[in-house]
Amino acid sequence: MIAESRRHEGEKGLRLMSSVVEREDKIRGSAAMGGNAGGAEVPAAASALHIADLSHSYGPRPALKDVSLALRPGEFTVLLGLNGAGKSTLFSLVTRLYAHRAGSIRIFGAAIDRDPATALSLMGVVFQQPTLDLDLSIEQNLRYHGALHGMPRRRLEERIAAELERVDLAGRRRDKARRLSGGQRRRVEIARALLHEPRLLLLDEPTVGLDIESRQFLLDHVRSLCREQGLAVLWATHLIDEVGKDAHVIVLHLGRVLAHGTAAEVLAAAGAGSIREAFDKLIRRGEPGR
Amino acid sequence: MTDLTLSPALAPAARWRPGPRHYFRCLQGIVWREWLRFLGQRGRFLSALVRPLVWLGIFAAGFRFTLGISIVPPYQTYIPYEVYVVPGLAVMVQLFNGMQSSLSMVYDREMGSMRVLLTSPLPRWYLLASKLLASVAVSILQVYAFLAIALLWEVQAPWYGYIAVLPALFLSGLMLGAFGLLLSSTIRQLENFAGVMNFVIFPMFFASSALYPLWRVKEANLWLWYICEANPFTHAVELVRFALYGSISWIATAVVLGCLAVFMGLAVWGYDPARGLVGRRGGAE
Repeated sequence: MIAESRRHEGEKGLRLMSSVVEREDKIRGSAAMGGNAGGAEVPAAASALHIADLSHSYGPRPALKDVSLALRPGEFTVLLGLNGAGKSTLFSLVTRLYAHRAGSIRIFGAAIDRDPATALSLMGVVFQQPTLDLDLSIEQNLRYHGALHGMPRRRLEERIAAELERVDLAGRRRDKARRLSGGQRRRVEIARALLHEPRLLLLDEPTVGLDIESRQFLLDHVRSLCREQGLAVLWATHLIDEVGKDAHVIVLHLGRVLAHGTAAEVLAAAGAGSIREAFDKLIRRGEPGR
Repeated sequence: MTDLTLSPALAPAARWRPGPRHYFRCLQGIVWREWLRFLGQRGRFLSALVRPLVWLGIFAAGFRFTLGISIVPPYQTYIPYEVYVVPGLAVMVQLFNGMQSSLSMVYDREMGSMRVLLTSPLPRWYLLASKLLASVAVSILQVYAFLAIALLWEVQAPWYGYIAVLPALFLSGLMLGAFGLLLSSTIRQLENFAGVMNFVIFPMFFASSALYPLWRVKEANLWLWYICEANPFTHAVELVRFALYGSISWIATAVVLGCLAVFMGLAVWGYDPARGLVGRRGGAE
């Protein structure tokens, strides 16, 4: 049903868009240094994910401060940050596991706090922690997810077959999730996240604990989804070598965005020859007291 | 970075509003998963049955000679202790099932699988209510299995009692399940659950009419009687006891319904990302 409704979204979407655009809520997203200001403006309604002035704290401890960023359809964006940078907090707020109190989050124009149904229906998520039910089979896990999205039975079966085929696990659909390797479980989680045909895919540290081959498979797979389906992807990681030359990069440190742009733009802005060097320079400049 | 121009390809999404079919499929999926998990965990089923049977077979056998039961409603005559204790044990099965369900939600939250449930586009209150209904369905099956085995102890209610008890079990299961949900929204770590067992479940069970009639408690200790009367578990037991013998306790029904509304309301509040305890603490991490 979700997919069916989206066939008609062009017309309706344009109507909704005008009201969103009227708010003139635009975000400046570029390879800026030491803050979130930058050059080109990305309208909220045109963004797959649009975050403006987002702050969050756990009691007195700030976790995110004035975070603004925008992702466009078809973009593979790497959210780069050390452990504790605020990546998981950002994911929890974007997926509405808990609510933000300052700033705004929109998915294709739908505000997560005012219209969570639309926002969540457009989003697929792979969490940092493994979330498969290990006592259920692969297809049972996928059916459960489809049910949570209200997918009709026939459509669900078609989507399960297609997505398992794509991650090369079609022959193991009746296997218990417990019997899969770490890399295979991640593949199932990606297949599950795509089952309801989202337009935005969020992955929080998806390659942690995986071997080199599995990591490469996941990266190639997700990048191909961006190219072929126009999916917008936010890939959170602390592994710098996962930033490809064509990727967009957001550097997050101590809850602040230090840089946002294409890899080339971030390199130029940091005056560095490699992403690792740029990351180190940005982190040093972003330390408190500097 | 280049400027974006607005084009249909980048159009924002149309509003997605779930219809009745979405709600039904979601409920179906959640109940189905609970059944699969239950069927896959044979140990859980066995322990759910063994626990009340130990009470019935050992505790009740010992007590029948020390604790005579006078004629109290809904019973029409003197009854052996086993007959008295069975409704209380049936609700105990539901109490433990509710706590087990709550425990699994805390576990799911720690392990991450709760996130899958909570990122569904359907309203959070509905997801929690579906989870609750799934858990109650399992608990009712466990109770009927226990009542069937209790026939071996010659504890037999009138045949229509086994039908009349179904809505009572449904209500008591909902109330205890909602209580479990509420607990799971306030407990952050799995380790804290042992404390819940000691400070919530056991006092709830013992300070109730499950094991002894309240007139006896009143004779022994007036304050304890007040506590038993205020205990929602007492009213769940009386609701089931009366229903099993084809009658209804209106006070028990009203208390159970009232407690269900309060517990469910607080649980939904606890899980609300904008207001609840889970959101405030970042407890869904």
